[in-house]
Amino acid sequence: MDLTPHLPALQVIVPMLFSPLVLLLKPRGLAWAGATAVALLSFAIALNMAIAVADGAHFKYDMGGWEAPYGIELSVGAFSALLLLIVTGAAAAALLASRPSVDRQIELERQPLFYSAWLLALAGLVGIVVSADAFNIFVFMEISSLASYVLIAGGPDRRALPAVFKYLIMGTIGATFYLIGVGLVYMMTGTLNLADMAARIGGVTDINPLLVAAGFITIGLALKAAVFPLHVWVPNAYAHAPHMVTVFLAACATKVAIYVLIRFDFWVFQANLEQHALQFSLFLMPLALLGILVASAVAVFEGHIKRLLAMSSVAQIGYIVLGASFVTESGLTAASSHMFNHALAKGGLFLAIAGLGYHYRDLSLAQLAGAARNMPWTAAAMVICGFSLIGIPGTAGFISKWLLINAALDEGRLAWVLVAIILVSSLMALAYVWRIIETLYFKTPVDEEAVHGEAPLQLLLVTWLVAIANIFFGLFPQFPLALSSAAAQLLLRQTL
Amino acid sequence: MIIIFALFLLSLLVITALAIVRTKNLFVAVMLTSIFSLLMAANFFILDAADVALTEAAVGAGITTVIFLSALALTVEREKKVRSGRRLAMVVVAILATIMIYATFDKPRLGDPEAPVHQHLAPWYLENTPVLMDFPNVVTAVLGSFRGYDTLGEVFVVFAASIGVLFILGVKPPEGSSYDPEASGLRHHLIPQVVGRLLIPFIVLFGLYVQFHGEYGPGGGFQAGALIASGVILYALLEGEAAALRAVPQSVLMGLVIGGACLYGAVGIVCVLLGGNFLEYSVLASDPAKGQQLGILLIEAGVGMAVCGALLTIFHAFAARPMRS
Amino acid sequence: MNLLELLGYFNYWVFAIVLTVGLYTVIAKVNLVKKLIGLSIFQSAVFLMYITMDKVEGGTAPIIQKGVENQVFSNPLPQVLILTAIVVGVSTLSLGLAIVVRIYEAYGTIEENEILDAD
Repeated sequence: MDLTPHLPALQVIVPMLFSPLVLLLKPRGLAWAGATAVALLSFAIALNMAIAVADGAHFKYDMGGWEAPYGIELSVGAFSALLLLIVTGAAAAALLASRPSVDRQIELERQPLFYSAWLLALAGLVGIVVSADAFNIFVFMEISSLASYVLIAGGPDRRALPAVFKYLIMGTIGATFYLIGVGLVYMMTGTLNLADMAARIGGVTDINPLLVAAGFITIGLALKAAVFPLHVWVPNAYAHAPHMVTVFLAACATKVAIYVLIRFDFWVFQANLEQHALQFSLFLMPLALLGILVASAVAVFEGHIKRLLAMSSVAQIGYIVLGASFVTESGLTAASSHMFNHALAKGGLFLAIAGLGYHYRDLSLAQLAGAARNMPWTAAAMVICGFSLIGIPGTAGFISKWLLINAALDEGRLAWVLVAIILVSSLMALAYVWRIIETLYFKTPVDEEAVHGEAPLQLLLVTWLVAIANIFFGLFPQFPLALSSAAAQLLLRQTL
Repeated sequence: MIIIFALFLLSLLVITALAIVRTKNLFVAVMLTSIFSLLMAANFFILDAADVALTEAAVGAGITTVIFLSALALTVEREKKVRSGRRLAMVVVAILATIMIYATFDKPRLGDPEAPVHQHLAPWYLENTPVLMDFPNVVTAVLGSFRGYDTLGEVFVVFAASIGVLFILGVKPPEGSSYDPEASGLRHHLIPQVVGRLLIPFIVLFGLYVQFHGEYGPGGGFQAGALIASGVILYALLEGEAAALRAVPQSVLMGLVIGGACLYGAVGIVCVLLGGNFLEYSVLASDPAKGQQLGILLIEAGVGMAVCGALLTIFHAFAARPMRS
Repeated sequence: MNLLELLGYFNYWVFAIVLTVGLYTVIAKVNLVKKLIGLSIFQSAVFLMYITMDKVEGGTAPIIQKGVENQVFSNPLPQVLILTAIVVGVSTLSLGLAIVVRIYEAYGTIEENEILDAD
């Protein structure tokens, strides 16, 4: 039988249904192998759809065979395909590399639970991405959130617990705000399907509940996406999570929330509410700019390498939101391609940190001095990904920064302010990446005697794979760029 | 008359909420939360949401309270007096209140049959359920079939919670924690024990009734799972944790969770193999309506198993944990 | 203004009050269990909002009896959504409580300010 029309459903169902089965794989290493195989399979499904979508296909799927507004619809276009690649790619790469690091950080008997939760997090995230139903997005958001709380709570020391508690509280408030917003839209339109909402919302005459709904949905998702100043849960959650979990979540979790924010807003509200584009820009652009500047500045002075990169993530989320807040095709292209490129850069950096964490218990910069002597390969991969994060030409990060500056130049009177802020923040990125490089290469180790080897081969290979991908997509950005610009066009035509 | 009663219940709801915030005794706060849920359930019933009322009563007032109490038993019972964060909270709450009042304008009136909520999807469900499914409870039809994918997601939410609690509480408690599984329970209190024992079979029987009668009256897998779980929890409270775990061991519970989740998923996959879409039960039998009934029966069984197993797993994870001394 | 209209507004106000009370508890209280209690009040308020909109004047629960003509039913859809949301709520809560138990074991307190001081 031909499974192609079922691909959007399989994308979610495969990791979801395998997660309880992984629990049964008790013997050592089997749970890891099972979870990795499933993640690779998910990645293959996503790649399959992305290639078809790049050729102009658009996947639609009626769950339960009930047509759109009555049943739940799945829809995969260019934007979703791009996000699916990021999410499944991050999960597959992180899982593939995870075994040595997880063996050190999670007790053997708890590992099946851990990997099962990991697959659930993956299923939740892809479930959000493919869904075209406002309430269904909430359900899958909760699956991914609960599973992420579990993963982070597996962190090696007790500080992970308050960090994850804070995340749980803020995440639940965010999801509940979203639920209130969806409820208000449902109250005024009588439907939950996003396309159907878009079609019916124009006919609503009493506008107040809709404005409030747009506010609730935007703020709720901004909380989940860690948009400044709602990012306070991020630094500790990323810093104290198990290293491999940080790789996975930092590469894709907040991006999925931004994706929902953009998709919901452009699809449902943008064309149908008067002046909505202006309100959207006025609300998000200042937050994005402030986030870019403040978070980068904090990162420059941060002493713990994982917290440093977490703050840098907040700044990078600022770039993505900034691109979206232009409400132009070039801005949206820049935003979506930055999602892809930032996932590559940050994923690579956190993979390298997982390698460092294999030998160093304490990941403060002071302790990491001179680490490049012991671990030259890990350090070199870190340099490449760091360059990509700054946006040095020849790396993936350059492409999206360049697009973003071009998009900013179209913004009329604001253009030069925007470009100046992007450049200043890039300089700050240079500063904090340089601090890492300086620490690794040019400082004398705290303990000259301590000699240990490289990161485990399995981890190192994946790290380098991602590092090379950063260069590859810097030189040959056609495929992600094609998806990004197709996504931007779809968003502006409200036909996602 | 019923409206005056509703107004009274709603006022009580607000008073209870305020009392919960005021009290410093966490034990009292949890008991008040249970009352809050019960009031909420009564309200839902007045608003014609029988299924939701049943669930809120079983899950909100019952299971949640027990889980709260067993967590309190492992921590502390009193909240300390701290005055911080109030200003931020007041600002946020003031903004929220303003926005909510702003949204009140233009809102459709309660019960207005012309309101947009009642126009589009709802009439279609009400009209087509008798034709397509041939059973009376429209809530079950929407839950099990029209939005069956949401319900599948929901099963996995409970699954995530159960493995999460097992994972988080899976580390050894700190040194010097003490726990005697046989000592707990109300074994030495004759009257609660006798009355409680009498109740348990009826609770379980009612749970099974709710499970299999969901297509005709209010009820279904969630409510049944929660009810049966509460029966077992009652047994654990009366006879002690160890006795309950002997009666229904942890491995059986985990089997229920995994089996329930997989049963639901398997039904969906069988539909694909028979040429339909995922969860398209119509293809399960030659008569589509019979297929729908069969599909919903099976997935409701899966939901019941998973929810019952997950809630009990969560309860035991708390109740069987030694106390930090 | 008829009574049902009054009830409509009253329902909505109760929703708004309970929602703000819940959120206030989550933000202002430092005790972690109290925060979770606030969170569950906050979520319950949203349940009330959804269920309020399902009511149809003179309607009954959406269980269709054969042979009875011209029945008016309340809307089944918000009920289904809230059934899901209730289960999501209890799941979040139990995870939160598990984390609180571990925090107490690790820090000996469940007051947020004391935990922050300890690290």
